[in-house]
Amino acid sequence: MKQVLEFEKPIVNLKEKIAELKSFTKDSEIDLSEEINTLEKRLESLEDDIYSNLKPWDRVQMARHQQRPTTLDYIQELFTDFIEFHGDRFYGDDEAIVSGIAYYKGNPITVIGHQRGKDTKENIRRNFGMPHPEGYRKALRHMRQAEKFNRPIVCFIDTKGAYPGKAAEERGQSEAIARNLMEMAGLTVPIVCIVIGEGGSGGALALGVGDHIHMLENSTYSVISPEGAAALLWKDSNLAQKAAETMKITSYDLKELGIIDSIISEPKGGAHQNVKEQAENMDKVLQKSLTALSAYSTDELLEKRWEKYKQIGDYKEN
Amino acid sequence: MLKFGKKKKYASIPSEQSKLDVPEGLMMKCNGCHKIYYRKEMKKNIYVCPNCGYHHQLNARERIESLFDEGTFKEWDEQLTSSNPLEFPGYEEKIDKDRKKTGLNEGVVTGKGMIDGQETAFSVMDASFRMGSMGSAMGEKIARAIVNAQNESLPFIIFTASGGARMQEGVLSLMQMTKTSVAIKRFSEAGGLMISIMTHPTTGGVSASFASLGDYNFAEPGALIGFAGQRIIEQTIREKLPDDFQTAEFLLKHGQLDQVVNRHDLKQLLTTLLEMHKKGGEHA
Ligand SMILES: [Zn+2]
Repeated sequence: MKQVLEFEKPIVNLKEKIAELKSFTKDSEIDLSEEINTLEKRLESLEDDIYSNLKPWDRVQMARHQQRPTTLDYIQELFTDFIEFHGDRFYGDDEAIVSGIAYYKGNPITVIGHQRGKDTKENIRRNFGMPHPEGYRKALRHMRQAEKFNRPIVCFIDTKGAYPGKAAEERGQSEAIARNLMEMAGLTVPIVCIVIGEGGSGGALALGVGDHIHMLENSTYSVISPEGAAALLWKDSNLAQKAAETMKITSYDLKELGIIDSIISEPKGGAHQNVKEQAENMDKVLQKSLTALSAYSTDELLEKRWEKYKQIGDYKEN
Repeated sequence: MLKFGKKKKYASIPSEQSKLDVPEGLMMKCNGCHKIYYRKEMKKNIYVCPNCGYHHQLNARERIESLFDEGTFKEWDEQLTSSNPLEFPGYEEKIDKDRKKTGLNEGVVTGKGMIDGQETAFSVMDASFRMGSMGSAMGEKIARAIVNAQNESLPFIIFTASGGARMQEGVLSLMQMTKTSVAIKRFSEAGGLMISIMTHPTTGGVSASFASLGDYNFAEPGALIGFAGQRIIEQTIREKLPDDFQTAEFLLKHGQLDQVVNRHDLKQLLTTLLEMHKKGGEHA
């Protein structure tokens, strides 16, 4: 079953109507092609209207869409010969993060990403894409390997956040996230991060220290979920819609705040409407990033990484 | 070993309440054993309860006073303060209120000074300013302090106290974790010594960035330290958390800390550590 979002209902209703008319004409003598034509034109302009005026809350729904492509979908589309590697060598294997190597345009790269499940069973196995410490530590282990073998790193970000669990705290989730931030800062290979769905808080950030950061048009990046923000700020999680606006979490917001490098456009109706088209859009941006970054010497790369993060923030000195 | 009363406070919630847990007035009641003390008496004991050992929070000035040789502390970037990047309704008023209340411009004081004759760079967070939550101004001040330490070849000591992210700065607040961590990486690569002392409470983004990135990580007894808030964890896993969950002692037990240090022993510990790292090991 295809998930229909609230704001898409007028589109779906109209589509159903058109389909109805079409099947009706098939079985009868009456010619309705003119009516159908009119409705199809109206559908097109309705789609344009709705999809080009998405509110932040609509984008949150898009980012969380059940059919939204995941890390493994993009790996499949963009790379060849992907080999997955498991485990952090300390505690276990966290399936909320996938990690491995593959070819990208003939060159080996390391690819790491949060992985949500496609159904309930897989979601349980992958903990809904919310990592434990061993996930971040697995990622770091592979990043160090990338450094050793001089491979660029691509990170796909797609998580509601770090898993708020007892075991995660016991095993040092703070330290694991912090360690990744610090170590990624010093990796001597190019790092490109792409937010493909939800970029939630520290769990996202732990794969998010890149030389270039890109966001899919309908992805989000935030310090807390809109529901969480509403509960904290206004003691009312029903105000999530308002929080989605106030907290400035869309790709357009992040671009304006000077945090991300570019917005990767999505097919009409969102990435899930056409994975191939989405991957092609991503491919162009990724290739451009890697070409630009590979031109730098190690010193330049690290210096630019520092410059990038040094300027993020807004404060006064009076 | 004394058992310290656990403060049941939830993590990463910078709320309206931005007071320290030190009660006001001539007299004060200990938060641990509830005995009444003269404030002066408690202050002389650096706000550690003489009866039960409860460590009450210190503000930034008190912390500096308790550690640095008199008159040696030189503050950096004192004027730096928050703007309102998201144009968040009511944020400026909240900042103004806390500026008046605390006499600080931001929830962290940075600078350098002498601890028992040894110079060090220093940052101390102050939980009485917006619950020590981290926004752009705090991230900038801490990053600059680390850069200054590197440029002046000084060690860097940080005392953390934070309810987590500064909600009103949204994702910019999150990015301060990265900014400070990149600065620490550069400092560390240059051979700089960093010591982190986590005090009550150190939660959320601060816990998951610089607080955990010292070459040595310590905590004060009874301090609440953790990433996720306890209420959220309880709701998620649907079970009751142990009484000592996310305390300094809990972290020590789980291998996340080098030591839990009594406030009375801190200065000596820092002095010794600074001394031990002065030279690159000259074993003549
Ligand atoms: Zn007491």
